[in-house]
Amino acid sequence: MKNGSARTPGLLDGFVATLRRDLLLAWKRPGDVLNPLFFFAMVCTLFPLATGPSVQQLQFAAPGVLWVAALLAMLLSLNSLFLADHEDGSLEQLLVSPQPLVVLALGKTFAHWLTNGLPLVVLSPLVAVAFRLPGATIQVLMLTLLLGTISLSLIGSIGAALTVGLHRGTALLSLLVLPLAMPVLIFGTRTVSLAAAGDGYAAGVLALAAYALGALSLAPYATAAALRVSNE
Amino acid sequence: MWKWFHQLASPPHFFRLASVLIPWLAWPGYALIAYGTFAGLFVAPPDYQQSDAFRIIYVHVPAAYLSMMAYMIMAIAGGIGLIWRMKLAHAVAASAAPIGASFTFLALASGSVWGRPMWGTWWEWGDPRLMSELLMLFLYIGYMALRSAIDDTTKADKASAVLALVGAVNVPVIHYSVEWWSSLHQGATLIREGGPAMDAAMLYPLLANILGFSLVFGALLLRRVRSEVLRREGRTRWVRELVLAPGDSA
Amino acid sequence: MTETLGMSGYGIYVWSTFALTATVLVYNEWAARRRFRSVYRDIEVRIKALENRS
Repeated sequence: MKNGSARTPGLLDGFVATLRRDLLLAWKRPGDVLNPLFFFAMVCTLFPLATGPSVQQLQFAAPGVLWVAALLAMLLSLNSLFLADHEDGSLEQLLVSPQPLVVLALGKTFAHWLTNGLPLVVLSPLVAVAFRLPGATIQVLMLTLLLGTISLSLIGSIGAALTVGLHRGTALLSLLVLPLAMPVLIFGTRTVSLAAAGDGYAAGVLALAAYALGALSLAPYATAAALRVSNE
Repeated sequence: MWKWFHQLASPPHFFRLASVLIPWLAWPGYALIAYGTFAGLFVAPPDYQQSDAFRIIYVHVPAAYLSMMAYMIMAIAGGIGLIWRMKLAHAVAASAAPIGASFTFLALASGSVWGRPMWGTWWEWGDPRLMSELLMLFLYIGYMALRSAIDDTTKADKASAVLALVGAVNVPVIHYSVEWWSSLHQGATLIREGGPAMDAAMLYPLLANILGFSLVFGALLLRRVRSEVLRREGRTRWVRELVLAPGDSA
Repeated sequence: MTETLGMSGYGIYVWSTFALTATVLVYNEWAARRRFRSVYRDIEVRIKALENRS
């Protein structure tokens, strides 16, 4: 690109730059990505240990267990979404940059989903197989988690942005995000349960997709507004 | 109109107006509640299915209605404060939260007590209304927790306004999702939908209580907004004059 | 009279609900007034202290 320096950076450049930076940081600190995944696997292990190894019972509880574990794992990783950037001052750089903050916030949220949501979706069939879910149900589970984690990342980023500068932010973050995440959990688990029972589940998938689209169009603005407030 | 709006938004003017309005809201409100409760308990005929247990709706319905209403007021006031930088609106939002939470608690408790003789359990998981109220309570708790976690008032105002707006967008979705969730069970609901029309002797006390609770809510809100305004304006001249002027303070 | 108060066997549920309602209303009124008094007193103390100093 010859005239690269003369070109003013567009919206996509800001998005890509934020995304690339966060992905690179995640690559350098793999623990941040792996720990929530281990947490997810461990929470899923707790349930059979607590309720007994009856296959029937496990199959019945599997959608709920996997979804709750995924929700908690997402929540765990949300805490660090803006924290490091807040501490080293790079968040302020984002705020004063000429790029619209909405786009940058969306980039960071997308990076969070790629490093935390997507790995959960990829890992979930392994756990689901251990819970003896049939193949067709596992596909539905992955689809709901795919759509649901997008919504969770987007909603969670609002909560993370609101609590970023606060002491004792972790418990507060859960208090803020969990009630908002309830519809996603309900749609997700019910859809998988319906699929497991052999009933029609299209409505649930559509509701999850609609929620994800709605969150995608609204949540970044709330996140951007929250980031501005938190850094005043 | 615009001038009137500005005048209303000025703290000293609002403070005086609220002081005048509070008794005009509170007394008719309490009178209506007294009438509605008395008529609901003793005049209205017992329900043909639920017998006398249905009388619990005379407090459950107004409380549930106010818990929604207060959240909407909180979110709209927060939005106005955020967009037009109106400090009074933030004071309204901050004041609506604890009152709304208390009515949400009342709706939850009365629904639960109603469920005991009707369903044979204090807590019926399958009932969408109780579930929605519980999630409303969680939303209020989150809002108040965020507000109290931020020391700086201006910052707390803006952050909680963002949260309230996000919550308000979510409330219908939560309601719909809980509705869908419970439609897969079989559960009775507190108000019959499409049932026989309510008898006038049953309906009027309910309407009186809904209106009465709303008026009392208005009075409580103004009372709390008055304290909020005073706290926020503590260093201004009009507050100083108000405090130093003998007599007509409270 | 006892029949009315008994609410055809649902008395305990009906009366406890209305008692709770009264409690919530009284609490709200009391809390709002207490809040006003404490805010007012704080400001009064501060302003009076300033007055006396000058």
